[in-house]
Amino acid sequence: MTASRLALRFVALGYLAAILVVPVAFILYKTLEPGPAAVWRSITTPAAVHAFWLTIEVAAIAVPLTTLFGMVCALVLARTRVPGRSVLEALIDLPFAVSPVVIGLALFLLYGREGWLGPTLAEAGIQVIFSVPGIVLATVFVCLPFVVREVTPVLREVGDEAEQAATTLGASPWQTFRRITLPAVRWGLAYGVVLATARAIGEFGAVSVVSGKVSGETETLTLLVEKRFTNFDLAGAYAASGLLAAIALATLLAMTLINRKGAVA
Amino acid sequence: MGTTAVTVPTRRRARPTRRLGGAGALGFGISTLWLSVIVLLPLAALVDRSLHDGLGEFWRDITARQAVAALRFTILISLAVTVINAVMGVLIAWVLVRDEFPGRRVVNALIDLPFALPTVVAGLTLLALYGDAVAYTKWAVLLALLFVTLPFVVRSVQPVLLALDREMEDAAASLGARPATVFRRIVLPNLTGAIVSGAALAFARAVGEFGSVVLISGNKPFDTQVTAVYAYKQVESDNATGAAAVSVTLLALSLGVLVALRVFERWATRHDR
Amino acid sequence: MRFRQLLCAVAVLAAVLAAGACGGASDESGGAQVAAASADGGRQTLSLVAFSTPEVVYDELIPAFRKTEDGAGVGFKTSYGASGEQSRAVEAGLNADIVHFSVEPDVTRLVKAGLIDESWKSGPSKGIGTNSVVSFIVRKGNPKDIRGWDDLLRPGVKVVTPNPFTSGAAKWNILGAYQHGGLSFVEKLIKEHVTVQPKSGREALQTFTGGEGDVLISYEYEYTLAARKGQDDVELVVPDDTFLIENPIAITKDAGPAAKAFLDYVLSPAGQQFFANWGYRPVSKEVFDRNRDKFATPSKITSIADLGGWEKVDKELFDPQTGSVARIEEEAGVSTGD
Repeated sequence: MTASRLALRFVALGYLAAILVVPVAFILYKTLEPGPAAVWRSITTPAAVHAFWLTIEVAAIAVPLTTLFGMVCALVLARTRVPGRSVLEALIDLPFAVSPVVIGLALFLLYGREGWLGPTLAEAGIQVIFSVPGIVLATVFVCLPFVVREVTPVLREVGDEAEQAATTLGASPWQTFRRITLPAVRWGLAYGVVLATARAIGEFGAVSVVSGKVSGETETLTLLVEKRFTNFDLAGAYAASGLLAAIALATLLAMTLINRKGAVA
Repeated sequence: MGTTAVTVPTRRRARPTRRLGGAGALGFGISTLWLSVIVLLPLAALVDRSLHDGLGEFWRDITARQAVAALRFTILISLAVTVINAVMGVLIAWVLVRDEFPGRRVVNALIDLPFALPTVVAGLTLLALYGDAVAYTKWAVLLALLFVTLPFVVRSVQPVLLALDREMEDAAASLGARPATVFRRIVLPNLTGAIVSGAALAFARAVGEFGSVVLISGNKPFDTQVTAVYAYKQVESDNATGAAAVSVTLLALSLGVLVALRVFERWATRHDR
Repeated sequence: MRFRQLLCAVAVLAAVLAAGACGGASDESGGAQVAAASADGGRQTLSLVAFSTPEVVYDELIPAFRKTEDGAGVGFKTSYGASGEQSRAVEAGLNADIVHFSVEPDVTRLVKAGLIDESWKSGPSKGIGTNSVVSFIVRKGNPKDIRGWDDLLRPGVKVVTPNPFTSGAAKWNILGAYQHGGLSFVEKLIKEHVTVQPKSGREALQTFTGGEGDVLISYEYEYTLAARKGQDDVELVVPDDTFLIENPIAITKDAGPAAKAFLDYVLSPAGQQFFANWGYRPVSKEVFDRNRDKFATPSKITSIADLGGWEKVDKELFDPQTGSVARIEEEAGVSTGD
């Protein structure tokens, strides 16, 4: 145990504390400041309850879709030789790079009343933008890369010998997938799912533009935070933020339990 | 270079199986379809709108003085943040992987918090915390961006660091090399790929950040206004075309970074293939 | 096996949670009553899309409306946000029966889109729902002794006002300055005294209460809200010459009969009293007189009609490319930037 090791630890943890921990601890502190009863009241108003369920509902739709896509895509990237794979792989990262303002604007231009698809969908009676489907679309957009990026490297690293052996022994593709592939990637998959969930719950920018903010209908928890903040209901804003932070921490706790292979020795 | 960098292959490319031929194509089709509908189609609508009034107008939109100033500021501050978080990212990853202290697992879990916390909450908090001192200055933007890009390099470096074979380091140490030299000559070269990968993502994320920055930066044109906020302003001024044009620039920038990253990765792992 | 069990548990949990999503309603003070309104559904459901500030008023007004004969059984869906954003949302398809915005151009946009009839201004209040005046909000005790517009130009005075290009409502503030000293006044103000340009009026208020600047140019009623919500270290100063803020309200073309009834209620003495209680100047003279003691009386109030109407003003001053204010803002950037 040397001085330099201690120094490194100190610097690393100090930086994390300043940038990460202190802000979050601050939110939790501000949240609990008015007392647990006030906080409970604040997060059980009809609008808050609805916002909570809406947020969960959107995540419950977006995350499984993302997982399915992620799994399929990872298999294509790691197990096939289809030409165009690398283009696909490059495009996967696109959502990381797109600003929420841009996503919102783009969705508007596509699904809005005067957008590309808007009028057609409207005629079919489908309202995408300013209703839950729009929120789901925006959320799916931002969550897209997560599962793929976690599963693909694992698939590549694990190699396909076991799968090949299984096939040689007469297993069907589905059996091979279920019995060999899936268990091999399960922790990477779980980690990706958890990340996607956290992201889905926390999305604000793009949703803000496409949701319409109809209280009790299309107002998610993050939008509620903003609204309360805007209305000078700071205690309420912190309460809702605290709830979000708590969900986030619960998600992270799930991750710690899963203990992603290779993250920490 | 005195010594050649010793690279430990971090991925073994499995020989693709031809048995998945048909299914592979199907899978590819599904993936591409999903990606197109969810991501590419909206972006196509965006690009289309940006050219709505012709190329001339597009050019004028992106060379407007405020737009250029915003872009310059955005790029510079994002670069600064990327560099800081790349350095700190390696440091943090090192401490998390090689060091042991109580609460290490908790700290490790916390790293992903910026993914989970809504940007509005982050902005709100930073504003409340650091308030007067930094509000509405470039430092505020820096702080907000440091927060949202923190996880990228840490998370990309960690697995590599973990998989690293310590024999090389031990050998060097036993031959008398100081820890700093061991790190610089043996460990770091192996991390370069991961660092660049994480940094590229961090940069792409930083240039587009809106939610936390808009609250805390004051958005002064030519001063603390980032491109995302400028685009927002254009939307609010009923200039959707201008907003789209500026957005396309931002997109091209981020895409460029990601593509460069892929090219770099292919080059870096060329010996593995 | 452990993983599979975990997976099953998560799936079940997700299903339960997803199934639990239930309808709700508007938030906070009037929340419970408005909630009952929505759940009721009843005869008709009205969608109110408004700018963000009157939310507190509607939380009280809507339940009162429901108690009237016309309003019994009417459900409400409400959406509040920045005026421009809300207007654009309605244009792009957000369902709305009644709209209440901050500035007239936000309604004109919908008229042009064919969603609101051109005759929306022909009612007794000429399409206006609420009034206010451009005022100053200063620190308690008014340490910098701000009384009128000229005080804003004193050396060292830092002014907070939202950006007129992200906040349509912020245009009122600029017009306040404009009526006092014309473009040269506005120019001096923006170039030398405006330190921060938040993207909305509400954000500007928060910026100010957060400690930035010496004076905030704002709507008179924002002060009432701030004071009621516990921001007690600020006070209101109404300059002697100022600008009349007129917030338009209109019903959309395919709104049902209950919408008209609601609009009538909003404009009625009963409805306007709710607004007066929150610091808005009532549209009806009768209600205004009744509440006279709440409001300061500047000797000169200019209105948008005096300047030739919104279309003219928007084009000359606020056009993002050619407007005078756009030019000023562009030039201002040069002097305040590095």
